[in-house]
Amino acid sequence: METNTQELNSVQNARKRMISLLAKATRQELETELLTLDATPSHDVVRGPETGLVMVRGKIGGGGAPFNLGEATVSRATIQLASGEVGHGQVLGTDGRKALLAALFDALGQEERHASSVAAFVDRVEARISNEDRKRAEQTAATRVDFFTMVRGDD
Amino acid sequence: MYVAVKGGEAAIANAHRLLADRRRGDRSLPAISIDQIVAQLGLAVDRVMAEASLYDRALAALAVRQARGDMIEAIFILRAYRTTLPRFGSSVPVDTAVMQIERRVSATYKDLPGGQLLGPTFDYTHRLLDPSLLSDEEIDGPLEKEPLSEPLIRVLDILAGEGLIEEDGDLPQDHIPGDLTREPLEFPLERDLRLQALARGDEGFLLSLAYSTQRGYARTHPFVGEVRIGEVEVELDLPELGFAVSLGRIQVTECQMVNQFKGSAKSPPQFTRGYGLVFGQSERKAMAMSLVDRALRAEEFGEDIVAPAQDEEFVISHSDNVQATGFVEHLKLPHYVDFQAELDLVRRMRAEYDKKQAAPELREAAE
Amino acid sequence: MSLTTDNNGAAAYRGGFGNPVLQGQGVFRIVMDAMARPGTIRSLEPAIAGVKPPSPLCVAAGAVALTLCDADTSIWLTSALRQSAAKAWVGFHTGAAFTEQRAESRFAFVEKGGVVPGFGQFALGTQEYPDRSTTLVLEIEALSGGMPMTASGPGIREAIEFSPRGLPDVFAALWAENRALFPRGVDLILVAGADIVCLPRTTKLERREG
Repeated sequence: METNTQELNSVQNARKRMISLLAKATRQELETELLTLDATPSHDVVRGPETGLVMVRGKIGGGGAPFNLGEATVSRATIQLASGEVGHGQVLGTDGRKALLAALFDALGQEERHASSVAAFVDRVEARISNEDRKRAEQTAATRVDFFTMVRGDD
Repeated sequence: MYVAVKGGEAAIANAHRLLADRRRGDRSLPAISIDQIVAQLGLAVDRVMAEASLYDRALAALAVRQARGDMIEAIFILRAYRTTLPRFGSSVPVDTAVMQIERRVSATYKDLPGGQLLGPTFDYTHRLLDPSLLSDEEIDGPLEKEPLSEPLIRVLDILAGEGLIEEDGDLPQDHIPGDLTREPLEFPLERDLRLQALARGDEGFLLSLAYSTQRGYARTHPFVGEVRIGEVEVELDLPELGFAVSLGRIQVTECQMVNQFKGSAKSPPQFTRGYGLVFGQSERKAMAMSLVDRALRAEEFGEDIVAPAQDEEFVISHSDNVQATGFVEHLKLPHYVDFQAELDLVRRMRAEYDKKQAAPELREAAE
Repeated sequence: MSLTTDNNGAAAYRGGFGNPVLQGQGVFRIVMDAMARPGTIRSLEPAIAGVKPPSPLCVAAGAVALTLCDADTSIWLTSALRQSAAKAWVGFHTGAAFTEQRAESRFAFVEKGGVVPGFGQFALGTQEYPDRSTTLVLEIEALSGGMPMTASGPGIREAIEFSPRGLPDVFAALWAENRALFPRGVDLILVAGADIVCLPRTTKLERREG
């Protein structure tokens, strides 16, 4: 088995971030963004959209050897723009259309004409997610136990 | 022995139609939607995902609805569905150390970095039926507070710093994680395969086994080092790109159980560990899993195997509720021919018995 | 691992099954029939419209990969295939992982003219699980017009003649060794263009003079 342990270069890192955020965009966000384009760019679907499984692995003890925890549904698609860029979409769940849209934006993100608008889009998705995370973290923080101890007092 | 029996088609079709009617129930009530089940019966959905070994809330909710709330039936349906899908690959192991945490408690340290975060727990509720839920009363939103800036370190790392606890479980570098959905089980199992089986095992069965260890059937002196619930990223290597990308996040529950260990000729006294990791929010299951994981490591620590919870073949062979229900419930299917044969046998034995009873003098004469 | 971040290396993406379910079933059926009737030539033509693997992988070998390989089947490739676009193509369309250890592979592919390793170096299965073995997909020049052989065994009434062209001279000896391991051993799919001939480990081969 081959695994990837090499350091990613900056182009790869940017692409990784983009694809990962497109996976976390909601279907609605992707559809809305699609409407902002003049027209759906012409493209071929080279794989999918199809739904299958990914075996989710955990680590023994949290940090040890990997083990198979159970599977998750994943939908994926790969498209190629008429201009040649290939985009991959792979998202948890059974929504093939969402995978297709993620693939389309991944391809557009590599194309000069759309790169900046896609970058702005994934930035918005990232901001939305970090707001939600922040809110949940604050809700959780409100359930933090503040122990009173006679020695330390309540700081 | 089974023989084909024909003639039930109409009865079966009508039974299915009746089932559909009863499932829908009173038509004057609105049908329950999948979204409602996901949102308001979330822990039932989580249990189905965990034991079906398939993370998909919408499909699990559909299964719950289809099964009329019969959890094992829902698990069965979802398991059957997963066999229809191709597998794209295996994820990069999820990293629970960087979880988006919704709950985190430790029973071993009161003051720990990040604090005790209770989250949406049933603990400290009074378990009194709440009549306010009879109607759809307005529910207050949660309060918010500034989170601590310190990271939520893993509790066991505190003990590990002192060298008083064993490390996370390692297997040889070239070990490929076993997969019980692909290869038949061969006992004894490696710990990775056991954990896979336990993660999908029946919550009730594991709970009872875990309880048995507390009551003295393989004592392990457990403490909850840490329970954490939250979301983790699922990353998949894309060979076509040469790196891993996120597919989204899933919710998991993790339990790190700390167990006393006296030490042996080979290893010094130190704390040992049991590990639980489960899809969704399921603290009871994760805790039971970690207790059973530790009990099943008896041989590894040179402990005497004296109790059911330590018997790997017993535990793993009987923890799967889909297998169990299949074998138990198959007894209601036609066994007409088997039973005729049994009936015949009992009649013959009875006739012989009666004959001997009726003529004791003959038997004595023969002796 | 060759990175295909160059998106214009479209060879890796094009030429898969346009309709994976129906085409996969179509090829599977033909391969299954060919396995059940060793030594007979079958064409995959009816099921492989649009299939275009990058060279040096021929169309039949590509279609077999698309049909039988997935994330659970590790694949061994000759160095020529490993260094070609065929590797990325197979990886992309099947999700299979590649291994350089022959004994760990479930499928192995050898292009036309490539060196055929000894069968004993591949996974041979165990007595308990003889199915845990490698299936070799071997491209040769042609499935007829070559070394005349007589095949017999399960799935063959009496005997059948066939004459593959382009097999190495040692093939008959290698195959005899493989057969001797039964129930262990490798299975073989010979391919040329869009045609296949299957030789499961049960098939006995004899060289015919003339």
